[in-house]
Amino acid sequence: MATAEAAIKVCGVSHQFGDEGEQRFVRALADTSLDIARGELLCLIGPSGCGKSTLLNVIGGLMTPSSGGVDVLGKPVRGPLPRDIAFVFQESALFPWNTIIENIGLGMTFQGVAKPGRAARAASALEAVGLKDFAQHYPAQLSGGMRQRAALARALSLETPILLMDEPFGALDEQTRMILGEDLSVLLARSHKTIVFVTHSLGEAVFLADRVAVFSARPGTIKQVIAVDEPHPRKPEFVTSAKFTTLRNQLYGLLHDEIRKAVQQTGLADATVQTGPT
Amino acid sequence: MMAGKEDRKRDRDALMSRIVQAGFLAGLILIWYLASTRWGVNRLLLPDPVAVYDNLIDILRSGEFIDDLEITLGELAAAFAISVTSGVTLGYLISRSPYAIEVFEPLFAAIYAIPIILFLPLFVLFFGLGPASKIALGASISFFPVVINTIAGFGHVDRLFVTAARSMGASDYHLFRHVLLPAALPVILTGLRMGFTTALLSIIGSETLASLAGLGHRIVHLAEAMDMARMFAYIVFVIAIAVILNTIVSTLEARGKRN
Repeated sequence: MATAEAAIKVCGVSHQFGDEGEQRFVRALADTSLDIARGELLCLIGPSGCGKSTLLNVIGGLMTPSSGGVDVLGKPVRGPLPRDIAFVFQESALFPWNTIIENIGLGMTFQGVAKPGRAARAASALEAVGLKDFAQHYPAQLSGGMRQRAALARALSLETPILLMDEPFGALDEQTRMILGEDLSVLLARSHKTIVFVTHSLGEAVFLADRVAVFSARPGTIKQVIAVDEPHPRKPEFVTSAKFTTLRNQLYGLLHDEIRKAVQQTGLADATVQTGPT
Repeated sequence: MMAGKEDRKRDRDALMSRIVQAGFLAGLILIWYLASTRWGVNRLLLPDPVAVYDNLIDILRSGEFIDDLEITLGELAAAFAISVTSGVTLGYLISRSPYAIEVFEPLFAAIYAIPIILFLPLFVLFFGLGPASKIALGASISFFPVVINTIAGFGHVDRLFVTAARSMGASDYHLFRHVLLPAALPVILTGLRMGFTTALLSIIGSETLASLAGLGHRIVHLAEAMDMARMFAYIVFVIAIAVILNTIVSTLEARGKRN
């Protein structure tokens, strides 16, 4: 999979917050390397606080790593790359003072899209996520799932080759999550984007990913990469197949020890992974 | 359907409380009338409301209030303009640095709790008995709610919005115009309304203490001349002006928050 066609090359990235000896000192990422191919959907999964989101922010140029570096489409990352990379965050980062359609337009304004093209692109992005009747609504008038669809529409309208998604469905209930996962699989199968998707959910990872990178407990690094050999778009029946169950169990086995370690590190039992279907 | 029912119930409750409020005021005026006409309260202390009403009509007809009103409103406009310009500018600059916020936010909050009216004699020494001392006092008092709310508004914008905007390539101007300003505006508008109200109160108050003209000055002047009915008429006039101004400012605030 990870051939010369890599869209994202992560080379020996380490990151720490604060300085050694300080109370807030945290070694988040240790010497992580990874190649992500063009058009691939890669899931990052691991215990809470293992540095998955940190890695995503480093790839997106929102954080400068303490050491190591990232190349995106052959160029070293030194800051945000709005023309190449779009983000979808865990909580909807839609601006509450703008309507959905204004939010999408604003993303393109920031990115530098000329005015004439914006309206059509915004409309088609909204249509793609099934929200075309909600263009004039404010984010607060939508459910959590609809807000995340709108955030996805904003990211899609930017027409970047790369999409970084940081637990985009993390705050949603199980059923909304399942539907959004299925729709996302259909949507992304058509778009040929390169996607990095951070998740806590084993089922979500297996359902969506071409490959799943499993993180170790802090300081996080990639323990193993598992390939999910199943064509996109994934069918709902995939969830009930033997292949799905085998892969999910394999992931569970890999993660279980790391989660225990993470729980011991924090002294709290909040570093859980959702183990239910999808 | 349920929502419509609840709306109607809320409207009815609101109407009821308006009726009770009006009844309460009418009751107060009735007691006032009875006290001054039937219960033998000295007319020099409490004039008859009918006489107050006649005086109010006379004041409005003759237009004698215009000079004092102009002075008071002029002082208010100048004081508010100074406190808004300085408060919003300084508040924005302070909000750009977490260190400055940590230093100045508690400092301004502490000074805001001091009765600045105590400095009126000092302002009179500096600026004389004319409008300048009222403007200085009104501006210094109303500066604090404006600056405190501006810091709070700009200083506590959700980081996620800033990160999201930056990830999409927002420039500094984009960030200010489309993220910081709309995020901060409701809090700043509240600060402006509070600043306006405190400026109005402190200016009229200080006119009653040390001044040559203005509505507050007129009221004290009439009290000293023992012209109680006319003094009460001016008090009613000032209350009406204050209610009108506060309604305008509150409406502007609500409209600014909606957009």
